[in-house]
Amino acid sequence: MNSGKFFIGLFCLAIAGTAQAETPATLMDGYARDAMQSTPNFAPSAKRGQHFFARDWGVSRKMPSCQSCHGNDLTRNGKHVITGKRIAPLSPKVNAKRFTSLSKAEKWFGRNCKEVVGRECTAAEKADLIKFFSNPGVKS
Amino acid sequence: MKWIAGLVLATVAVAAYADGGRINVPANATWKEECGSCHIAYPPQLLTAGNWRQLMSGLDRHFGSNASLGAGERQEITGFLERYAARSDRYAASSLRISDTSWFRREHREVSSRTWSDPEVGSRSNCTACHVNAERGDWSEHGIRVPGGRFEDDDD
Repeated sequence: MNSGKFFIGLFCLAIAGTAQAETPATLMDGYARDAMQSTPNFAPSAKRGQHFFARDWGVSRKMPSCQSCHGNDLTRNGKHVITGKRIAPLSPKVNAKRFTSLSKAEKWFGRNCKEVVGRECTAAEKADLIKFFSNPGVKS
Repeated sequence: MKWIAGLVLATVAVAAYADGGRINVPANATWKEECGSCHIAYPPQLLTAGNWRQLMSGLDRHFGSNASLGAGERQEITGFLERYAARSDRYAASSLRISDTSWFRREHREVSSRTWSDPEVGSRSNCTACHVNAERGDWSEHGIRVPGGRFEDDDD
């Protein structure tokens, strides 16, 4: 490999690095800022997130709650309730890949909220959920 | 030397069909990521191009689940699936379920209903319940582990 190619490679890596700079904290803060536009004193709450996560929404027969697939211990694998496929732990505490990409978070919130909750999740709900996932604390 | 490597790669790509218990799928990161989240990424060779097209146009109601994609990803994956799709009607199903194709039914004719309803299997979409190495492309009989050890259809 000549040095020109090496530097082009290094440059690409640097670009890829900046594109992946999101963390659970920056994602949560971004959603919280959106929520503050309608609720100025909004602050993310792990407790609200936990409640939301465990709630039976009564929309989908096979997937009544987030726990249907993700389980009730976010530091452990979940299991897709229809296909049986293993779902990696949702908590960034044990799974460093979680909530490091806004587009990926939006894709899954988009699908799963409509599926389980029957509507889009609000920015406040997303902030609460990420707060809860980051500090799953007790099992619920 | 490079042209030999190219030739080898080309040969592997052309040989991308189900044979001898292996299904070689050319690498496509988008397909693997997007189609492999809720179930394993099913090889394109297991359904016809027409079936794939129809399936990919209804992802918001994907067998009862919302699996919607952005337009760019959807186009890329549809193109990939069409390119390597099956060419035989044995791999076609009006339900768009691979498990309803005549190929699938024939391949699984010895699997008992008790095995299909085993909690570890749960669904015909759960290939890896028995084909433990399927995600690495190995679908051979050597790689099959049937939960409960049952394989032959029996009545007892």
